[in-house]
Amino acid sequence: MKALGSKFSFYAGFVVGTFTLYVFLRQVWFAKTLADQQASSYAKLHDHQQQLEAEKKIWKKERSALFNLKHPHHLGEDSSMADELYRKVRILCWVMTGPSNLETKARHVKYTWSRHCNIVVFMSSVDDPDFPTVGLGTKEGRDQLYWKTIRAFHYAYEHHADEADWFLKADDDTYVIVDNLRWVLANHTPDEPIYFGRRFKPYAKQGYMSGGAGYVLSKEALRRFVEGFKSKVCTHTTSVEDLAMGQCMEKVGVLAGDSRDTAHRETFHPFIPEQHLTVKFPKSFWYWSYCYYPISEGPNCCSDVSVSFHYVDASGMYLLEYYTYHLRAFGYKYRYQPPSPLAYSTEKSRPRDSAEGKKQQAPQENEQGDLKRADKKLDADPPPAAGKDPPDAAGDNKQ
Amino acid sequence: MLSDGGSFMKGMVMGGLFCLVLSFLSSFSPSTEFMTEDHHHHHVKAASKEELNHLSDSHTQELLDQVRVSCIIMVQPSVLVYWAAALDTWAKHCDKAVFYTSESSKALEAIDLNEKDDWARLRKALKHAYDNAGDLRWFFVARPTTFAIIENLKYLVLTKDPSEPFYLGNAMKSGELEYVALASGIVLSYEALKRLVNVFEDEGKCPERGRALWKLSEDKQLAVCLKYTGVFAENGEDMHGKGLFNSKTVHSLISDSMKANPTNVVEGCCSDMAVTFNGMSPSQMQVLMFGVYRLRPYGHDFHDLMTFYPPEGSDND
Repeated sequence: MKALGSKFSFYAGFVVGTFTLYVFLRQVWFAKTLADQQASSYAKLHDHQQQLEAEKKIWKKERSALFNLKHPHHLGEDSSMADELYRKVRILCWVMTGPSNLETKARHVKYTWSRHCNIVVFMSSVDDPDFPTVGLGTKEGRDQLYWKTIRAFHYAYEHHADEADWFLKADDDTYVIVDNLRWVLANHTPDEPIYFGRRFKPYAKQGYMSGGAGYVLSKEALRRFVEGFKSKVCTHTTSVEDLAMGQCMEKVGVLAGDSRDTAHRETFHPFIPEQHLTVKFPKSFWYWSYCYYPISEGPNCCSDVSVSFHYVDASGMYLLEYYTYHLRAFGYKYRYQPPSPLAYSTEKSRPRDSAEGKKQQAPQENEQGDLKRADKKLDADPPPAAGKDPPDAAGDNKQ
Repeated sequence: MLSDGGSFMKGMVMGGLFCLVLSFLSSFSPSTEFMTEDHHHHHVKAASKEELNHLSDSHTQELLDQVRVSCIIMVQPSVLVYWAAALDTWAKHCDKAVFYTSESSKALEAIDLNEKDDWARLRKALKHAYDNAGDLRWFFVARPTTFAIIENLKYLVLTKDPSEPFYLGNAMKSGELEYVALASGIVLSYEALKRLVNVFEDEGKCPERGRALWKLSEDKQLAVCLKYTGVFAENGEDMHGKGLFNSKTVHSLISDSMKANPTNVVEGCCSDMAVTFNGMSPSQMQVLMFGVYRLRPYGHDFHDLMTFYPPEGSDND
């Protein structure tokens, strides 16, 4: 009897012990997760505030636009040329977006390439003072595209005409390398009636620019666009925005420019890099009959100083930002050296690198190497007088 | 009565201990590679601009002449498209690139080692590379599914002496063994390779067919053999401590960063001077080629103290 009793007590004690400690442990665990949750929500709040602080250093939010306060810089880089262009070739970027795309698309544009514009305005159908976006008073949808474009350009002209020299239109799935756009534009002035983009040939005598690949108007072109609507020379002809734009530009005497680099490679691209570089489009694809200039497949499709790509998704924006502004090969001497724009002081005063005792790893010992050693097929520096384009008014004037 | 109480107390204590042990066991997860991945004792960082600036001209030229890389690329016909991609992309930037295959392919040329076992094949390839090193002093081992930016590899080892043993890459830990993952590329200095080739002779320390009951992957086998010669795995990092050798694709790393640092995706992602990415498709590799060697923002220059020239007869870089 006695033994049974003590065995029973033991088991009872065991159960009580287990239960007590279990309850105790759970309480501790519960309290810990509660504390963790509180800590993480405080951390999130703190992060958010830090983010807002960081943003204030990057841009100034004013009148539904973001004014970039400084040109983004990289540790250890010499961006004197890019800085000079930033001051002299002022670009207002307006991004075609909509309320349902703000968090999924426009946001990524905001945190990547738009930081390199002088001013960026996000155009939507609805006003949003926080993002910020401008409400154009239209509805959303493909049939509204030209209405949005017309109103967006009018808005830019009315509110920011004196604050920029060039006015770029891009979609919220277009990635634009604004520094390269400045290179393309640097040999032109904002008083020229000209616009640039990926030139397509049908439907207009001088062709028109692909909407998705983005296009940029000079201040004079924008002025004529607005005047055109005032005088009813231009109207809302079709909802196919890029085509309608091209037709209006032609009517008001704005030239369709050649945006290719000095090796005749395209800079504005209607698709993502992977497609231009690796895909062989079938001959029946519309692209073949649309491109104004001869198409190159493979590496020659795209300039080293490419300006835009289209159909870029959210992660694609960050990928392109990484590839363009961050990832590089140490010490690599690029084959293609874009000639410096005329009348830009920084480039002239820069020492030619081969002369400054820079050490080179090369098959031959030749201090004056520079580009002569590289593949001779590609362009060496053309003489400065030739500039980037043949003198545009004389050469390309198709009127 | 007293013994009953005593038993009860004993029971309670046992019960409490039992509960503790159970909860401890359930929260304990077996340590695998994931656990101590960032627990590196050994780091190798690239030289900073200041350090490079302090070198004399003649010293700099010496370093440049010595930092030439022999690429050892382990292929097989089953990865023919990657083999072709490596040949057409990053392998062109090696001072010497040799492809070693498990069996020959009619489509592409390689040294046929005629060996199906991964570790035995790697040994043969390394021995062959050592015997034919010429005056090359750095060796980079990879599969063609990895993409390497050789110039950045050179930058990492620029000021390191290849007559010292170096065994670098993405250093990982498996239990007590620290090894460099083959997936993200292995860098060996001449001295490390020399010691390795010597220890190959020792069937006791470095058996050709592996002695363990379970088969160790060839990169772990390599680490075991090198350890016997006093050479230890080191993690290759940039000046900010970011890993340069990536076992994932760029896309995967960007995705991860979008979740982890949504307001600072690119800065929080990968190093500007990354050396390798792993697992990218051949067309993604062509885009990476374009992104590294061609696409750039006009007017931003890095006046690097060394120049590496583009390879002859190539159009995608």
